[in-house]
Amino acid sequence: MSLLLVCLFSLSFHMKAEEGAVDVQDIVFSHIKDAYSWHITQVGEHDISVPLPVIVKGKASGWHMFLSSRLDGGKEYEGFKLAQEGDMAGKIVEKSADGEWTRPVDLSMTKNVCGLLLSSVLLSLSILGAARWYKRHPGEAPGGVMGMLDFVVDYIYEEVIKKSIGPDYRPFTSYLLTVFFFILFSNLLGVIPVFPGGANLTGNITITMVLAFCTFVAVNLFGTKKYWKDIFWPDTPLFLKLPMPIMPFVEFFGVFTKPFALMIRLFANIMAGHTIILALTSVIFITVSMGVLINSSMTVVSVAFCIFMDCLELFVACLQAYIFTLLSANYIGAARVR
Amino acid sequence: MSLLTPDSGLLFWMVLSFGIVLVILSKYGFPVIVKAIEERKTYIEKSLENARKANEQLSGIQKEAEKILAAAKEQQEAILKEAMVEKEHIIDEARQQATTAARLEMEAATRQIKEEKERALRDVRSEITDLAIAIAEKVMKDKINHDKSQEDIINKLIDEMSFSKS
Repeated sequence: MSLLLVCLFSLSFHMKAEEGAVDVQDIVFSHIKDAYSWHITQVGEHDISVPLPVIVKGKASGWHMFLSSRLDGGKEYEGFKLAQEGDMAGKIVEKSADGEWTRPVDLSMTKNVCGLLLSSVLLSLSILGAARWYKRHPGEAPGGVMGMLDFVVDYIYEEVIKKSIGPDYRPFTSYLLTVFFFILFSNLLGVIPVFPGGANLTGNITITMVLAFCTFVAVNLFGTKKYWKDIFWPDTPLFLKLPMPIMPFVEFFGVFTKPFALMIRLFANIMAGHTIILALTSVIFITVSMGVLINSSMTVVSVAFCIFMDCLELFVACLQAYIFTLLSANYIGAARVR
Repeated sequence: MSLLTPDSGLLFWMVLSFGIVLVILSKYGFPVIVKAIEERKTYIEKSLENARKANEQLSGIQKEAEKILAAAKEQQEAILKEAMVEKEHIIDEARQQATTAARLEMEAATRQIKEEKERALRDVRSEITDLAIAIAEKVMKDKINHDKSQEDIINKLIDEMSFSKS
């Protein structure tokens, strides 16, 4: 069935390919990067996409709010347009008084923002629903999907949070559980290829930066005296601390590299997964120009690899959420030393 | 590399929505779930502990019952033994009493017989004496008078005779 679908797709692309080579980089990056509209598919020359609200504040003209479909095809609307090239390619730019194109304050509900809101709402609803169930059934163990949630919460709470942080784990429980489920939901929504999934949320550095910053705050705001002492006066031979504070410098640097590593790890893992799946799919369309035989055999290979990668991505989605939570808990636990 | 540069708009929305989600879930979501799970866990642990205790108590009661049974058996044996001893004692006593009674009776009977015998002997003797005297009187009606000296001689003779007999 899926093979048939892929063949159909390749046929439609066949016509396009004759006009010019498939720009794989463009396909991949347009999916990975944020966009002002939610692109669903392309039928012939016509793009099918969901227009999303654009919210911008021009320097002189104040707040503007309109649908992104106004800017389709590089059109100009109320002094704004999508930059086609240069540093700001793909972003909304504003024509200033002296004719220069500049970036306005841009709070548009982009594809990632919509994905973010969707996963936030989904997450809140499922967790609050679960909480309500627990309130109504005191002392009972849930079954089905709720049972799985029960198991996951229990596992993260008992094995990750309690064991990694130590005796005073309680204030961090909600934060770590929220982070875990937020990443998990966003990752899983990202794996779903059709609208409203597929937003590359956790593969976006802004998202992971906020999450890593939260962990950074949780670690350093609640760090004990011993933790700070270990940073600025670690238990190393004296010549490593005086007169050149080598070890304190390394330790202090570590305070920032740890959350930085968290940020990059999650971002890179998810982005790479999306990239690989998109690239494998593109193989079908690249080989169209190489003849039917190569094209059909490569299609089979590509579909097989895509299935494998999708399974892997499902695993990575869970794994990365777990790793982010585990490492956050470990860093918090290390800052709670006595 | 726009992939690695954070976007301010997305940053704004992320901080906003993640903040709201965090606040909502850490107020109404996870504490409730975690509390429910903890409570369930402690309840299960307590139930297990109670079951273990009940089992222990049960086995304790069984042991106690066995002990009581053993004690009862011991007591029973002791009582039986005592009863046995008592029985033997009673029998002994009864036998002894019977023996004494029999002996006493025998003695009394013997004594009576002896007395009877003596009385009879006395009677016989006086009879014999009378008879002898009568015979002697008849034999020696003329020659010997019925006086005292002759009577003494006859008595002496009779005594000698009975002595030689016995």
